[in-house]
Formats: sequence, C-alpha cells, structure tokens
Amino acid sequence: MATPLSLRVFEAEARIYRRTWRGSVFSSFLNPILYMVAMGLGIGSLVDANMPGGVDGVPYLTFIAPGILVATAMQTGATEGAWKVLGGILFDKTWESRLASPIGTRGLLLGHLLWSSARVLFVSVIFAVIISAFRIAPLLESLLAVAPAVLVGTAMVSATTAFTVRQDTYAGLPLYFRFIVIPMFLFSGAFFPVTQLPGWLQPFAVATPMYHGVELARAIVVDQSPAIAWWVSTLYLLVWIIGFGILGVGPLRKRLKP
Amino acid sequence: MQDLIKATGLTKMFGDFTAVDGIDFSVSQGETFGFLGPNGAGKTSTMRMIGATSPVSGGELTVLGLDPQADGPRLRSRLGVVPQENNLDDELSVYDNLMMYGRYFDMPRADIKAKISELLEFVQLTDKKDAKVQTLSGGMKRRAVIARGLVNTPDVFILDEPTTGLDPQARHILWDRLYRLKQQGVTLIITTHYMDEAEQLCDRLVVMDDGKIVAEGSPSGLIDEYAPGEVVELRFPVGVLETLNGQIEQLAPRTEILADRALLYTRDAEHTIASLTAQGLEPETVLARRSTLEDVFLRLTGRTLVE
Repeated sequence: MATPLSLRVFEAEARIYRRTWRGSVFSSFLNPILYMVAMGLGIGSLVDANMPGGVDGVPYLTFIAPGILVATAMQTGATEGAWKVLGGILFDKTWESRLASPIGTRGLLLGHLLWSSARVLFVSVIFAVIISAFRIAPLLESLLAVAPAVLVGTAMVSATTAFTVRQDTYAGLPLYFRFIVIPMFLFSGAFFPVTQLPGWLQPFAVATPMYHGVELARAIVVDQSPAIAWWVSTLYLLVWIIGFGILGVGPLRKRLKP
Repeated sequence: MQDLIKATGLTKMFGDFTAVDGIDFSVSQGETFGFLGPNGAGKTSTMRMIGATSPVSGGELTVLGLDPQADGPRLRSRLGVVPQENNLDDELSVYDNLMMYGRYFDMPRADIKAKISELLEFVQLTDKKDAKVQTLSGGMKRRAVIARGLVNTPDVFILDEPTTGLDPQARHILWDRLYRLKQQGVTLIITTHYMDEAEQLCDRLVVMDDGKIVAEGSPSGLIDEYAPGEVVELRFPVGVLETLNGQIEQLAPRTEILADRALLYTRDAEHTIASLTAQGLEPETVLARRSTLEDVFLRLTGRTLVE
C-alpha cells in the first residue's frame, strides 16, 4: 500500500537537511549554552541579588530556562516557515516541481509541517539536555517540557507558512520577524512574568502561542501548576496548528496550481 | 488509434483574461505532438492543464483516459514533466535530485537507483552523478531535468520549451535524446517557439496564437498548405526598404515586408532572383531557401502581412 506521500516530502526535506546538519547541530548545542550563561548566570546573579525570594519563587536561571526553551522552539518554527518556503515557491521553485508528482498541495504542506516540527523537536531535545546539564531540572522533567515547546514551534511553523505563502517578494518576511516574532520572543513570559507588562499589553502576550508553551514548560520544570489549565493551553496551541495549517492551503494551491 | 489525450473546447481563464480559448486537439499513442506559438499564446497553460497542475476552466479534457481534475494524483503518477524553468535543487547532487523525485512517486529506493544509472547514461551525465546541480552548464541542467522527468517511466512525456536558452550544440544534443525517446515509442508533447525544433521533432502540431489554435497538421503538411514552394529573402541597407514602395510586391505572388528584410514567396526562386536584377534592385544579400514553419506562422498570425 502506498505510504502517505507527505512522508515523502518529509524524506526529501531530510535529504536536503543532510547537507547542512553539522553546522545546525553545532548551533543547536551552542545557542542554549550561550543563553543560559549570559541571561541565566549573568543577568540572573543581579536579579537574584535583588529578589531574595526568587522570581515566582525560583532562582532566575530556573525561571528562564524553560522559557528560553520554548522561545527557541518558537523562533525555530518561525524560521522553518519563512525563507525556505518562499524559496520553494518563488525562487528555486522546488515546491512547484514536487506538485508535478502525485503529491498534492495538502500533502506538500503536511509534509513540510511534519519535517519542520521534527526540526523543532530536535532543537528542543538538545535544549532539554543542556537544561539538565545545568542541573536546573532532572533530565526526565526537562524532556517532558519539550512537548509544549514542540507544540509552540509547530504552531509557529503553521502560522508563518500561512503568512509566507501569501508573499510575492522577500520584503514581508523581515517585517514579520521584526514586528511579530521578536516581540513575541521578548514579551511572552520567557524572561519576566507577563504580569510585569502594562495591563493593556497583557492580553496580547497571553494570546501568543508562546505564552501558553512557556507556562506549561515552566510548570513542568518547577513543579507548579500553570496559570491556565494545561488542557486549555494545549487545545489553544492545537487550534493554532490546525487553523493556520488550513489557512495556508488555499493560497499555496493558488500559487502552485494556478 | 486510441487517443491518449483528448481536448474539446478546452479553456483556461485567469480572472477576466482568457489564456486558452476553447481549443480542440487529440494526441495518439507514440506520437510526438507540438504546440507552436509565440510567448503568451497559451501553450504553457495548456501543458499545465494536461499535467494536472492547473485546473481546467471550461471544456473537456481527458488524459490517459483520466480526468485531470478528479484523478490528479493517479494521472500525474503516469506523466513525466519538464517545466519551462529548471526547478532542480541547485545545492543537491544530480543523483539526490533524481532520488528525491523518484521517492515522490513512492518507488522503492533500489528501483530508483537502477533507473538513475540507466537515465544518466541516456542523457550522458553519468560522470556528473555526484556533482552539485549548480556546477552544471545550462544544457546539462536541462538534460538532468529530462532524466528526472523520466524516473517514473511515464506514459506521456510533457516538455515545455525544452531547449529555450540553450546554445545550438546543446540543443542538438537534446534533440537527439528526444528523438531516441520517440524511437522507443514514448508519447511526447512539446511546446516551442522555435520553428526548427517543431520541424525536427513533431509528427503533428498545432499552431497557437492568442489562446486559439490557428492551424493543425504535420510540419510538411502545414508548409504545403500555407507557405508552398520557395522563399527568397532580401536584405537592403538601412532605410532603403521603405523607399521601394510597391516594387517588391510585384516580384512574387505573395510577399512579406519585415522590419529588417523582405520575404518573397514563389514557385521558382531562380526566376524571381532573375527578375530582381531585371528590375534593377540591388539588395545587400539575397538568400533562396525552402519554406519553413516560420513562414507558415507569419502567414497565419498575419503579423506584418502585406497582401
């Protein structure tokens, strides 16, 4: 029986990734270490000196570790849905070539989502290992925190792809990163509690997928219960993944099968 | 003979714009069928509809007995496509590109591997198997795309402007390979705006202009019908052609005055050249040749046509 063709797209992406995997694995290890040292230990020593009770009851390093895990997953997801996608449909048109085969638009998009979330998974697992290496949480707990990170990353692949397939030039993507991705990275509760934000801004932070992932990951790592019930946040992230996935199909089809 | 492809009133609209305007044609097994026409004639849109990568706006189309709308994936699994642009992954090797593509057809890796060796042999790229695509010349890339299109052993091979942008030598290598495919009985569909390409390869062709089919036949049949006999091509120094009002037209039953030259359609080129001298005309160059599809096209589309 024929294997679902989206797995063939997954396989193709893996073949393409093989070309650059060394550099990619290296930076997947280096990034979390840099963040942990600079923010967790560097800034953390100042924070902890001023807040004897810790941030939300834990040392700053412990507070931000799950946050940066999810923030990195978020950023990885957004990146996977951006230039590579636009290249495939606009520049080298390799996505177009795939549609001359039995693969359809939906299979193409699903394969892309699967591969991209595998990339997020990979990056997050490495991050979790580093977290436990810094003795912030046991390995098992850190690995458990990978689950919300992957949900957030996949939600961002989905949303970013839905944005990218509507672009006619490269001009929109830098703006998207500047005004959506970077603010989300900074203000969704990874580096400080969203309650520190002005009241009117808080709903925006809570609406981001990243906020929900940060809350879940932090709850797992510091053994607290999240501000919002875990199943509500999970459901919210799934809505992002599926909703934006569906929103991407139409423009992609229009683009590749005019 | 059974029709592999049959179109009736086939139409493609983009909003208000009609790219393909109700065309009829059929292609039978083993035939090499051409769509000849200038850029924007609707050739690529037609090809994409046949290849089930663009929805049909109107009319009927069956390819290999299947409806491209309803049976897209099943149909595409039996087609080979060479698109106008080489959409290979530039940073992967030729082998990886072909392997990746074969996997889209759900073929087992071992089968694809064997097929790749065979195809690279066929397109004369065996020694470039592990070379990155971006290091290949234009002609080699084109041959790699042709090999990619043949990975799934298609029943119909669709080529959209296979040699556009290639140098003459590269074109001849490609024509030779396509001719061999034809000899093997593969049904080829080709679009081109090169008249010589259509003459070299096509058993039968349609001439398209502005979304419509303006003529259909074999290359020689079309020439006999629309541009019989011989052609005398005259070139004059810049500015002279405009001063000869009426003189050229008297030299042959049908003439075409183009921007840079005059074409005289005649039964007997020698006789026409003789009368040229008798008239006291002194063109810079005089060339007698047989009519080609280019002359057919000029006649049919009426561009710069002077009766």
